[in-house]
Amino acid sequence: MTDLAEMKRFLSQYDGPELRIMEICGSHTAAIAKSGIKTLLSPKIRLISGPGCPVCVTPTAYVDRAIALAKREDTCLVTFGDLIRVPGSAETLSAAKGAGARVEMVYAPADVVAMAKTEPEKQFVFAAIGFETTMPVYALLMEELLREEVKNVRLLTALKTMPAAVSYLLDSGADLQGFLAPGHVCAVTGSEAFVPLAEKYGIPFAVAGFEGEELLAALYGLLRMQGKGTVKNFYPTVVTAEGNPKAKAMIERYFQPTDAAWRGLGIIPGSGMCLRPAYAAFDAGSSDLTEDHQHNPACRCGQVLTGKLAPTDCPLFGKICTPLTPQGACMVSEEGSCHTAIRYA
Amino acid sequence: MEKIEMIHGSGGQATSDLIREVFVKEFWNGYLAQMNDAAVVAGGAELALTTDSFVVKPLFFQDGDIGRLAVAGTVNDLLMRGAVPEYMTVGFILEEGLPISDLKKIVHSMAKTAEEAGILIVAGDTKVVDGNGGLYINTTGVGFVPAGMEISPARIEKGDVVLVSGNLGDHHAAILSSRMSIENEIASDCAPLNDIVRSLINEGIPVHAMRDITRGGIATVCKEMAVQSGKAMLLSEELLPVNPQVKDFCALTGLDPLYMGNEGKMICILPEESAEKALSIMKKAHYGENACRIGKILRFEEEEELQIAPDIGELFLKTAIGGLRKLSVLQGEGLPRIC
Repeated sequence: MTDLAEMKRFLSQYDGPELRIMEICGSHTAAIAKSGIKTLLSPKIRLISGPGCPVCVTPTAYVDRAIALAKREDTCLVTFGDLIRVPGSAETLSAAKGAGARVEMVYAPADVVAMAKTEPEKQFVFAAIGFETTMPVYALLMEELLREEVKNVRLLTALKTMPAAVSYLLDSGADLQGFLAPGHVCAVTGSEAFVPLAEKYGIPFAVAGFEGEELLAALYGLLRMQGKGTVKNFYPTVVTAEGNPKAKAMIERYFQPTDAAWRGLGIIPGSGMCLRPAYAAFDAGSSDLTEDHQHNPACRCGQVLTGKLAPTDCPLFGKICTPLTPQGACMVSEEGSCHTAIRYA
Repeated sequence: MEKIEMIHGSGGQATSDLIREVFVKEFWNGYLAQMNDAAVVAGGAELALTTDSFVVKPLFFQDGDIGRLAVAGTVNDLLMRGAVPEYMTVGFILEEGLPISDLKKIVHSMAKTAEEAGILIVAGDTKVVDGNGGLYINTTGVGFVPAGMEISPARIEKGDVVLVSGNLGDHHAAILSSRMSIENEIASDCAPLNDIVRSLINEGIPVHAMRDITRGGIATVCKEMAVQSGKAMLLSEELLPVNPQVKDFCALTGLDPLYMGNEGKMICILPEESAEKALSIMKKAHYGENACRIGKILRFEEEEELQIAPDIGELFLKTAIGGLRKLSVLQGEGLPRIC
């Protein structure tokens, strides 16, 4: 095992061809900024943030629908914190809440079951967004709803799968020489989920953890793997090749692949998951939410999410778009690349 | 009556009964006992004045409550300017439905904390509003500043050392644990810091600046001091003290101890040559046992080495793996109110 000092020396003195490496996951973007890794890398190694923040890739049509539901007299919209500040085409959930719509924030989806039992006459809609990491939680919620025979909870889903998005980026000609593969997603899917991509495009993937040293080890690995279409697991304490079969089975029981709309990217075939037809009664109308009107036409979220522009290249960045006045979703989420870029500037 | 009702805010008999039975009983002193419109107190040369409002929910948490918080918060603000806390006022806004037993517990806790901090509550007010059993407190604190005492970020010098009085993020983690119904042993650090500050001053430590670490966390407080002083401050991630349970809590919730609030911790900036003596004094003082050195104000040669422009009023963090990162004040909402 190469020691930390040697890895740091190698990464800071690298003088080969310029390498563009994408961290797909929003938690990696935040961890990279937090640990100051960029100040330890040779200028020839560039880290590019990818589309792996679930809040950031949720299209405006979804936000608009969530707002419309929250405004209904008989309905309560339940969500995790970040989503309430994402701009829809006209307003945010937070603004709608201020104007009297019922929006509740919870820490775990299961909390909605208790709420639904207390107010059986109300409809509760859970804003179910997320990647493979969060899907098992929604599957557990479905299981609980069925077991407890709770009829007044439905899901508004915008669930996405990471390998499909990576495949889309590479097909659309993104100039990248390696990927830091998302540690938490791989804990569910297994590192093997990225093997077909690595082989097809001849690009290395390093599954990485979230501590500074783990990220350095994965980056060092990617430099050593240049030119090889392989996947290597640098997060073996959490990730295995095959992932978590129980979680995968749970997801499969309730959800099936579907086309999904990504903010700024459009519709990517097979890149989402939706409730299976047998559970259609639990769906709050998720299937037609494909439109993506930008709140501010100058917002460059789409290009930022695909690594074509850095956050600082957007004309709004840091001027009218700040964490207090976000114009696009990348500035809202704690793990969005624009929010991270401003916070750790 | 067992609960607060609108009549308790009427200004009539019910109000004065409440004041006598709940407040005067606990806060009694010669000034307050006069029950006048304003307290006339013995004065000093220079006065330090501060005001603060407390709206924390829940009202009771692990190792503290809103009453202790209100007194400690007010006292600490005075102490940070080198003042000796002397008097404070307390305004209560009570919501209908508040159990009087809860109010009594909170008032008792305030009285105990005020006694501990050596401050007299000399005036108060109570209002009752519609609502659902909530309680809010507004305070004003008055302290005397000893002649020649000048403690402020303007006095920070290059080469100064940055000390912290103990572990980061405890209060924030305790409040959030309670709100999220997470069971753990994380306790609020809410406490008056008189002993630490008085000990430093009495032992003749030439303190340049002090701040208590409240909302926004240590990063926000240090960044503000860096800006006010126009100097570059460098903190070392490896040296930041965080209780292992709080560390786990942060891993679970995605919170960053750099941006989490305390209510009984302070930063102290002073010349390098006094640092060791100051640390041993802090460690011996009440609530200072985990005090440690966490950073410094950069000298010219250190700014050059790190390629930082001189005197830019910025805060930097040397990360555990040796990276360098600029720290800003807390951006956005952070999290729900914690004080």
